[in-house]
Amino acid sequence: MIGNDRLAVRKTCKLYVNGAFPRSESGRTYEVTDAKGHFLANASWASRKDARDAVVAARAAFPKWSGVTAYNRGQVLYRVAEVMEGRHVQFCEEVATAEGLSASKARAAVDAAVDRWVWYAGWTDKLAAVLGGANPVAGPYFDFSMPEPTGVVAVLAPQQSSLLGLVSVLAPVLATGCTAVVVTSRERPIPAVTLGEVLATSDVPGGVVNLLTGDAEELGPWLAEHADVDAIDLTGAPASRAMEFEREAAGTVKRVVRPPVTEPDWTADPGLSRMTPFLETKTVWHPIGV
Amino acid sequence: MTSVFEYAPAPESRSIVDIAPSYGLFVDGEFVDGSGEPMTTVNPATEEVLTEVATGTTADVDRAVRAARKAFEKTWGPMRPADRGKYLFRIARLLQERAREFAVLESLDNGKPIRESRDVDVPLAAAHFFYHAGWADKLDWAGLGPGPKPLGVAGQVIPWNFPLLMLAWKVAPALATGNTVVLKPAETTPLTALLFAEVCRQADLPPGVVNIVTGAGDTGRAVVEHDDVDKVAFTGSTDVGRQIARTVAGTRKKLTLELGGKAANIVFDDAPIDQAVEGIVQGIFFNQGHVCCAGSRLLVQESIHDEVIASLQRRIGTLRVGDPLDKNTDIGAINSAEQLARIRELSDIGEAEGAQRWQPACELPDRGYWFPPTVFTDVSPAHRIARDEVFGPVLSVLTFRTPDEAVAKANNTTYGLSAGIWSEKGSRILKIANQLRAGVVWANTFNKFDPTSPFGGYKQSGYGREGGRHGLAAYLEGADQ
Repeated sequence: MIGNDRLAVRKTCKLYVNGAFPRSESGRTYEVTDAKGHFLANASWASRKDARDAVVAARAAFPKWSGVTAYNRGQVLYRVAEVMEGRHVQFCEEVATAEGLSASKARAAVDAAVDRWVWYAGWTDKLAAVLGGANPVAGPYFDFSMPEPTGVVAVLAPQQSSLLGLVSVLAPVLATGCTAVVVTSRERPIPAVTLGEVLATSDVPGGVVNLLTGDAEELGPWLAEHADVDAIDLTGAPASRAMEFEREAAGTVKRVVRPPVTEPDWTADPGLSRMTPFLETKTVWHPIGV
Repeated sequence: MTSVFEYAPAPESRSIVDIAPSYGLFVDGEFVDGSGEPMTTVNPATEEVLTEVATGTTADVDRAVRAARKAFEKTWGPMRPADRGKYLFRIARLLQERAREFAVLESLDNGKPIRESRDVDVPLAAAHFFYHAGWADKLDWAGLGPGPKPLGVAGQVIPWNFPLLMLAWKVAPALATGNTVVLKPAETTPLTALLFAEVCRQADLPPGVVNIVTGAGDTGRAVVEHDDVDKVAFTGSTDVGRQIARTVAGTRKKLTLELGGKAANIVFDDAPIDQAVEGIVQGIFFNQGHVCCAGSRLLVQESIHDEVIASLQRRIGTLRVGDPLDKNTDIGAINSAEQLARIRELSDIGEAEGAQRWQPACELPDRGYWFPPTVFTDVSPAHRIARDEVFGPVLSVLTFRTPDEAVAKANNTTYGLSAGIWSEKGSRILKIANQLRAGVVWANTFNKFDPTSPFGGYKQSGYGREGGRHGLAAYLEGADQ
């Protein structure tokens, strides 16, 4: 470099597992390029063992994350949005580079991603009122139903939308009180790596979110059959393998979110459809009397 | 056990029931022949053959699905929702009018005591139709998203433990939401479903809205696998549930599963012992223990173990096992020879693994399938009788010292359908209820059901809920809860 051009300090992209940033235990990386094919970074290429470590971390984090008050969970999630907002410029650049978007379109995607996170943050303490309630049974009982988190959710994140898509599938899992093991977009992992840094500095307990940069096709089978994974979101699964993953998931009666035919428009109103698959309904009966 | 007051036999008359020499399938509003080899259904209390029932083949199932599709498109789908509701109200009333007939037939075919079929199964089945009838024209207010739409044809496979009640759980919400159904009853208990077909005719339900295809596993598989089925609903074993989930994978079919359970019934040292003992008995001996949510693992606090067991044994000694049609009978017949063999096998394994078997002095009839109420003590969490679903009148007793230990042991299972808590302390009940990974928690009661109250499991007890607002979601497009 000549003149006053400064030589950039490049970042090593790592996984985000159990609140830390390890490299893949396999020692593997893969090359990430921008939309035009120029080298961006070598991303960690998560292995089966990394996925298993991530599940262990997510399971360990589940009692605490599901056990805090819904109000507290909402506060923590809102804090994530705050920290995302602070990284707005960085996210815009990374999304533009990853997806080949214009600056304005990338900005719109990042705006939507932050707003989406805020939207889910506000759901935590409303789910029980909207989805639960008292059941007027024909007898002398007080009987009520309430939603509870399913547990550890494996998420195969969308392949196209590197940040808005990722946030749209991750935030609802966390809002319900579940913990997540996410396989990020294979071609476009950089915004996810940055999101991991946001999460690590946003009061989200370690292990609640685990981000694996790598290949959904490679990691999907292990997560689908894993006995300690309670649900799997196949949104980012390759179309050719999704049926096989769903079949594997049947062995442990996992909750499955099937992949859409094509990647949906992530700017659309998500409704409750990304939270309800990861919620159980618990009904409690007690006699009434004096 | 002899008592001062012996009961005189009080048998319910079976004269109210006409059982035909043979039954066909109910397809498109008509009884038609099945193409498969007919099967017989027996009274498990006497081994008497009750009648011959058709077996539906893949071709028969196809005919039924086509009838259901046509009805969905031509009559039931376009119908005014209020009119759909009226049909369901009619069905509910007809079930009430013919309640005694249904109760006697259910006890004959299933072996359950008339006291239960008369007072629980049939009234609850009618209640499910009443409850869902009201939903038919109110779905916009169910909170399941705007303009909810039915899925189409529902393929439903139900078990033998509550033949009519499970039919009602499946058929009522499907019809209320505008779907049509093809239902496969269990091979050992098809008769009340066929009587229900009569009720559909008396109600002038349009042909094809409800189709009933009898048969065994192959028939059920044909229903689940049929390309033109939009929704599969299954209640039964976890093994079969897994197979069904595998079959449905990669299709557009929506699936709900109500599978097995191994419920913990937790008794704390401050529980009212007499009430708890009644609850334990109700939890495990209701319907001969053929209940997926049965309280089959008793977790009793160590300090009151001996007192609870002594009281429990005294109470079990008063249970009357025998003729299901006798109004005094508490425990009827095991549903089939196959199920009896499984209960015997798991009980023998329990003994072989070191648990202590206790059974009351109890005379069993010479013929029929019988198993006395049984309690295993000294059970460890690793024993198979503490882990496997026995689906019979067999209780495994474990102990705990602290609430944390009770929760850990209760949750130490791949199942998560139901649980019980017995304590006088409200704050303790609520805390423990929060910590249990189970879909239904009965506190100071057990085995209570109601159509307004969602029922269903966590973990490998299945997914989806039946009953309440939640149960409707399984039959509506885009409604995921």
